[in-house]
Amino acid sequence: MAGTHVNPTRMELTRLKKKLVTALKGHRLLKDKRDELMRQFLDLVREDMELRLKVEKGIQSANADFVLAKAGMSEQILRTSMLVPKQEITLEESTRNVMSVDLPVFQCRTRTDDKNDIFSYGFAYTSSDLDGAVQSLSDILPDMLHLAEVEKSCQLMASEIEKTRRRVNALEHVIIPETREGIRYITMKLDENERSTQVRLMKVKDMMLEEAHHYER
Amino acid sequence: MVKVAVMGDYDSIYGFAAVGLSTFPIKNNSAEEGSRILRNLAENGFGVIYITEELAAVLAGEINRYRNMTSPAIILIPGVRGNTGEGIASVKKSVEQAVGSDILFSD
Repeated sequence: MAGTHVNPTRMELTRLKKKLVTALKGHRLLKDKRDELMRQFLDLVREDMELRLKVEKGIQSANADFVLAKAGMSEQILRTSMLVPKQEITLEESTRNVMSVDLPVFQCRTRTDDKNDIFSYGFAYTSSDLDGAVQSLSDILPDMLHLAEVEKSCQLMASEIEKTRRRVNALEHVIIPETREGIRYITMKLDENERSTQVRLMKVKDMMLEEAHHYER
Repeated sequence: MVKVAVMGDYDSIYGFAAVGLSTFPIKNNSAEEGSRILRNLAENGFGVIYITEELAAVLAGEINRYRNMTSPAIILIPGVRGNTGEGIASVKKSVEQAVGSDILFSD
C-alpha cells in the first residue's frame, strides 16, 4: 500500500471486501456503458459528417446565389426586402435518453403553413435570382435543423464517453488494485497476529507444565 | 419552444431571415459584440444558434463553454467568403474527445 494507511482490523477487512465487490460490479457496468455509447457515437458521428458536408455544400451554393442576386439589385432594396420576414421557425425541443445521456430532439414548427411565405418581399423591384437563392436556402433548412440535432448529440455523447472512460480507467487501474492490495495487507497482518498468539500460548503452556509437574520435554 | 438564431456578418446571413430564422448581424465579426449577443441569445431561449465559421473563430472560447451543455446547440456554417473547414474540425474534435484519436476522418 503506497501512501495510504489501512487499519489491519477485521472490520476494515470486511469493508474493503465489500468495496471491492462494488468496484468490480461498477467497473463491469461502466465498461458496458462505454462500449455501447461508443457504438452509438460512431454511427451518429458518421451521420453528422455526412449531413455536415451536405449542408455546407447547400449553404455555399445558396451563398453564391445570394451574391448573384445582390449584384442585380441595389443594396437598399435588398435590405428592405429582408426587413420584415413573414415566416418564423420555432422548434419543439424534447430529449431522447441514450445510456443516461439526454440528447436533444427538435420538432420543427413554422408560423404559417404556406410554403411561399419565405418570400417576404414584392416581386416588382427584386431580381429573380433572389427568389432562387431564398428557395435554395429553404430547401437546405430541414437538413440544417437535423444537423443541429445530430451535431449537438455528438458533442454531448463525446463528453459523456470521455467521462465514462476516465471512470473505467480509474476503477481498473487505481481503485481495484489498491483495494486488493489493502485486503492482502490486512489478511497477512491478521494471519501474522494469529501465529504469534499461537506461539505465545504454546510457550506459556510449556512454562506452566514445567512449573507444576517439573515436566521436561 | 425554442427559437433558432443565426449570427455572422450581414452578407453571410441576411438570407436566413427570409426562411424564418432570427438573424443577428455582427459588424466586422467583432469579438466583443459577438460574445455579448451570443450570451444574450443563450440565456433567452434560443435552442439552436448557427454561427458563421469566421465569427466562430473569434468566439472560440465562448463557444467551447456551451459545448457540454444540453442547450443551446451551436452549429458552425460556412460564410459568404467560403468554407474555412472549422465546422468539420469541430466534428473531428468530438471524435478525438470520445475515442482518443481521430480514427474515422483522418485521411
